[in-house]
Amino acid sequence: MKADPKMVLTGVHFLDGDQACCEGAIAAGANFVAGYPITPSTEIVERYASRAPKVGGVFLQMEDELASSIAIQGAVWGGAKAFTVTSGPGFSLMMEHIGFAAMTETPCVFVDVQRGGPSTGLPTLPGQADVMQARWGSHGDYEIIALCPNSPQECFDLMIDAFNLSEQYRVPVMFMMDECVGHMTEKVVIPPADAIDVFPRRYTSLPPEEYFPYRPGPDGIPEMVKAGDGYHFHITGLTHDEQGYPAMTWQEQEKLVRRLVEKIRLNGERLERNETHGLEDAEIVIVAYGISSRVALHAVQMAREQGLKVGFLRPLMLWPFPEKTVRELAHRVKAFVVVEMNYGQIVYEVERCAAGEARTVLVPHGGGTVHDPQEILKAICEVAQ
Amino acid sequence: MSTSSTSALPTNPVIPILRTERMPHIWCPGCGIGTTVNCFARALVESKLPLDKVAVVSGIGCTGRVAGYVKLDSFHTTHGRAIPFATGLKLANPDLTVVVYSGDGDLIAIGGNHFIHAARRNADLKIICVNNFIYGMTGGQVAPTTPVGALATTSPYGSYERPFNLPYLAESSGAVYVARWTAFHVRHITRSMVKAFSKKGFAFIEIIAPCPTLYQRRNRLGTGLEAMQFYKQKSVIKNGASTKDVEISFQGEIVVGEFVNIERPTLRQAMDLQLQRTLASRSATRK
Repeated sequence: MKADPKMVLTGVHFLDGDQACCEGAIAAGANFVAGYPITPSTEIVERYASRAPKVGGVFLQMEDELASSIAIQGAVWGGAKAFTVTSGPGFSLMMEHIGFAAMTETPCVFVDVQRGGPSTGLPTLPGQADVMQARWGSHGDYEIIALCPNSPQECFDLMIDAFNLSEQYRVPVMFMMDECVGHMTEKVVIPPADAIDVFPRRYTSLPPEEYFPYRPGPDGIPEMVKAGDGYHFHITGLTHDEQGYPAMTWQEQEKLVRRLVEKIRLNGERLERNETHGLEDAEIVIVAYGISSRVALHAVQMAREQGLKVGFLRPLMLWPFPEKTVRELAHRVKAFVVVEMNYGQIVYEVERCAAGEARTVLVPHGGGTVHDPQEILKAICEVAQ
Repeated sequence: MSTSSTSALPTNPVIPILRTERMPHIWCPGCGIGTTVNCFARALVESKLPLDKVAVVSGIGCTGRVAGYVKLDSFHTTHGRAIPFATGLKLANPDLTVVVYSGDGDLIAIGGNHFIHAARRNADLKIICVNNFIYGMTGGQVAPTTPVGALATTSPYGSYERPFNLPYLAESSGAVYVARWTAFHVRHITRSMVKAFSKKGFAFIEIIAPCPTLYQRRNRLGTGLEAMQFYKQKSVIKNGASTKDVEISFQGEIVVGEFVNIERPTLRQAMDLQLQRTLASRSATRK
């Protein structure tokens, strides 16, 4: 299915990442947004509030992030495509509803424009320390997908992917921006609608008497219905059987949780999405994402100029983590240098996948500004010795 | 539910609205929640609403289980968040009649902020709040509705916090319809529900109901049946009473009735009206 031309601002624009993210969502068909203002994400909802009546959408400013993160799910079960937008403190409040979306398999997108933390932290300055929270923040076992853009253009492009993946896998998708990417303004090319693929909602064609809300299809994912169509279905955050009814047994728990986890885990390799440079002859691989990747790439170029065999790996999808690529690289490279604006999150994934075959070094940063490329270069040189 | 055409027995009209395959339900003997569900099902039958277009949203708790027993599009959401879920559902699918069915702890304690805001914006939701003065599901803890002096597991020496007067809270937050009944007033409840379904906007019905296992027993108030006798004796119907004057005290008089019935644009109507006005005037200025 292609995007609706009425929803696509085809052309060449000069947009910041927040605005581009909003346009990506609209192009993907988002027609419901609930949000609560929080720096540095507010421009996304401001733009949506302005665009909503022109694209047949609804924007609702809720009383808090708890409300925003569940209102979008009510809207989805009413037939809408919906997302919410926040930053660290609000993201913390949304955790319960990320779990609810995972448990009820409600397709929706959560945008987190990361700022420095913990707590109120640095409202107007960047951070990348919500990455593990995006993966593990809600209680219980579940899997999500998380995408991470590093430019306004990617905020547009990947937001479409975020919606498509949430529909395809029926999971909440985390869109992990950061303050720099959100507020930097660059050229954004919005393609014509017929060049944008939109994954349609997996509505069932079965009649109500044959339909089971949580009976998985061959790919482990059940088909959906929406309220008002005569299915009289039941949705609960409790452990449930295929009928959607509460089922308080370890057997149903095992069956359900395993499926929720495996529908993503078994597709991990297929989902991998990386930007790479110079991996062919690399002895050292820099791993970075979001705004840090732009600084890191500069450091890679400086190292190459010094004759060091340095490669670059940028996961555009942080979760599921690109295990296969890192495992394969670990067989043949000496070391990974992980550059992230936190005190160690993705580095643990790299270390896990390297499994002792290659050294793993972190270049941390507490947030508030980007790394100094010289600092990264210094780490590369130390590892190279 | 299968009914034999040869059977002479009349069929209970509420049966088609219940998920009978899920019975018996989890509620204790003497609990008032089932009574309210019976009233709800009857109200749906009487109102002749197309059942395909009725959705029920519950939060967590004993009353939160209602969504699981009604054969409608039904959502058992998170604790306190039934109202914002329902707000999204209704905006996305305006053809639906969206009923929020939950308890006092869910709607008024953890969900209190959503309650006042949904009333303020006049979200087109029918809120049914079963108030049993206590947290039942977790074993009888004190609630923001527990009357002063009443015992609960977390107020073992008697509650000393002033409880919310729910009709007053609903009215002052902006509800267009407010009524209170007890589980004894089954016909009144049904009538109020029918009215609420036809009302556009935030309609609120509080139903005082017994929790024999926890509230009644701990406070030595007898069985569910005795609670019904108490409601019969101690409740006074005062339609149109000022909601300010309907506070509940421990074992005191319970003022019931229909307190508020006004008209005001719903969230969706206000949104559409404002957009039409502004966008029309802006396009006029541009010409």
